[in-house]
Amino acid sequence: MSAPRPADPHPETTGTASPALLRDFYRTMLTARLLDEEAVALQRQGVFPAYVSLRGQEAAQVGSAAALDRDHDFAFPTYREMAVALALDVDMVGYLASHRALWHGGLYDPMRSRFAPINAVVGGPVPHAVGWALGERLRGDPGCAIAYFGDGASSEGDVHEAMNFAAVFAAPVVFFCQNNQWALSVPNDRQVAGGSIAARAAGYGMPGVTVDGNDVVAVHAAVREALERARSGAGPSVIEARTYRLGPHSTSDDPGRYRDPDEERRWRERDPIARLRAVLERDGHADTAFFEEAEREAGEQAIRIRDGVSSAPPPGGEEMFTHVYREPTEALRAQQRAWREEAEL
Amino acid sequence: MAEITMAQALNRALRDALHDDPNVVVYGEDVGPLGGVFRVTDGLTAQFGEDRCFDSPLAESGIVGTAVGMASYGLRPVVEMQFDAFGYPAFEQVVSHVAKMRNRTRGRMSLPLVIRIPYGGGIGGVEHHSDSSEAYYAHTPGLRVITPGTPSDAYSMLREAIACPDPVVFLEPKRRYWAKEEVETPVRTAPMDRAVVRRTGSDVTLIAYGPMVATALEAAEAAREEGRDVEVVDLRSLAPFDDATVTASVRKTGRALVVHEAATFAGYGAEVAARVTERCFHYLEAPVLRVGGLDIPYPPPRLEHHHLPDVDRILDAIARLQWEADWVDPDAVPSGARPPASGARRGREVRS
Repeated sequence: MSAPRPADPHPETTGTASPALLRDFYRTMLTARLLDEEAVALQRQGVFPAYVSLRGQEAAQVGSAAALDRDHDFAFPTYREMAVALALDVDMVGYLASHRALWHGGLYDPMRSRFAPINAVVGGPVPHAVGWALGERLRGDPGCAIAYFGDGASSEGDVHEAMNFAAVFAAPVVFFCQNNQWALSVPNDRQVAGGSIAARAAGYGMPGVTVDGNDVVAVHAAVREALERARSGAGPSVIEARTYRLGPHSTSDDPGRYRDPDEERRWRERDPIARLRAVLERDGHADTAFFEEAEREAGEQAIRIRDGVSSAPPPGGEEMFTHVYREPTEALRAQQRAWREEAEL
Repeated sequence: MAEITMAQALNRALRDALHDDPNVVVYGEDVGPLGGVFRVTDGLTAQFGEDRCFDSPLAESGIVGTAVGMASYGLRPVVEMQFDAFGYPAFEQVVSHVAKMRNRTRGRMSLPLVIRIPYGGGIGGVEHHSDSSEAYYAHTPGLRVITPGTPSDAYSMLREAIACPDPVVFLEPKRRYWAKEEVETPVRTAPMDRAVVRRTGSDVTLIAYGPMVATALEAAEAAREEGRDVEVVDLRSLAPFDDATVTASVRKTGRALVVHEAATFAGYGAEVAARVTERCFHYLEAPVLRVGGLDIPYPPPRLEHHHLPDVDRILDAIARLQWEADWVDPDAVPSGARPPASGARRGREVRS
């Protein structure tokens, strides 16, 4: 378990960011990578029934999250936004509790974290982001929402309805698509007619841009611009971050059945963490001591979170009844009593 | 006191809620300047402005999906599915998001939203405009599903639904939109999760809701002429179910009949029959019967009268409630003279 080394001898990035910000990106992306590896290991050890790796998408996630106004904006994730959660300082033990099957949606506080519960319904949360943004607009508040979704979700009707809705009302929302090339086993050319999700924005009368999703600086700049636009009242936009899911769809998946290992190898050479490290080295923004320190801190944090989630106590069974309604109905109370009597036998 | 229709009562409820709570937002298809296809939102945009009551794109999943986000944000959206079957594109949002958000977040993100759905037949509606979709929603934990049968309940229950911290599917019986009642608003009737006894009787309990409450009351009146003293329970809340009121009534009468428009097979009446049987078995003189719609796709308007339960079908069902062993003309006995559940006791004596 070590930080990836740059394979690309010609590191490139578009746009600029301060050296301090670049180093922050690096630390967060590396922590996400190492925590992701710990999570995969926990699945192998039987601690997690299943896990969905974000390996390869760290730049798209950290770059986009870092552009958010942490006091006002709100993120609506899918089930693969672990690095977004990390970048937003979500309680990561609470985040991974969902993968440990302790509670659907996680055990963190979404309102305090400004990060909605993890959601596995493909495309489903995208209109939620629009509704949140409409709320901001109706109340005259300055916040924006960001909707995370993937290339597979772009085929879902809810994404169309959400985009049209948002554009009709000029809702302050950013539709952030991580096109990681594979919707489980189906590649882009069988998923995305026309070949571009960003191009669809034109049909809704909003800007749509494609960015190199493995270039954290480019992603950050694009999202920042879209948020500024939304906050100014100019409405929504679409960003398509082209990236790659380096791992399987989930720990239950076998990519060997549907994709060429050579393709994975080519994308590994464009690893976003290695690329950022190359930029930092090339421009003299970080030295060996920084990278060693970053790796040590990231590793420690990953292990702390791993140990935390591994030992987190499962919620009591009575909690199954507690949150169905604001107050349990009489029928639910009766079921709870019956359940307890059975459980205590 | 003036007579108002159910549609007017609902309109007043929305108007008063918009007035009293700045967080209430009303939107859906054609609910703005048009005032809704049934005029339930008539005049609201003019009075409160386009930020409080507005037309949305024609996108039911988008309407409910955005309401999820808006309610998370802190507003209280009241959205409309223009007709029952139009709500189906939103089903995934309702079942996977609306119903589960509180539970998924352990109460940290709650969804105080109302989904209004005109439902049921009897108005000669074209295809996809007359479905009774209540069982789909009632089967989903996390939702409250309520349906008024009278104008005063329409007002009171909608106000209560909008104030409720849980998501509410509010089913409006569209054939009763024009039913009139003398009501002075604001009016507060029984709590929205309680059933009420609309008519007391001692021989049989008719259990109905929404569009069938009035039909059940008509049937009760007709049955009286045939010598049966019929009690009518208006469920009002389909989820949660008010076991106490229904159980007390059936234990008193010893016979029960559930009436609804929806197809009978796996319909809401099956749940009612099961619950009544579980709680009243030793009080029952006859199996709980169901009078529902036929098990067919909703028929064209020219045929819908064959499909929908009516007074005759209810009376026929009452007649099938195994009266022969125990029949006593209620007019021959002074009111209240017969102890409750006498039939049930006699039944047990015979069996033992």
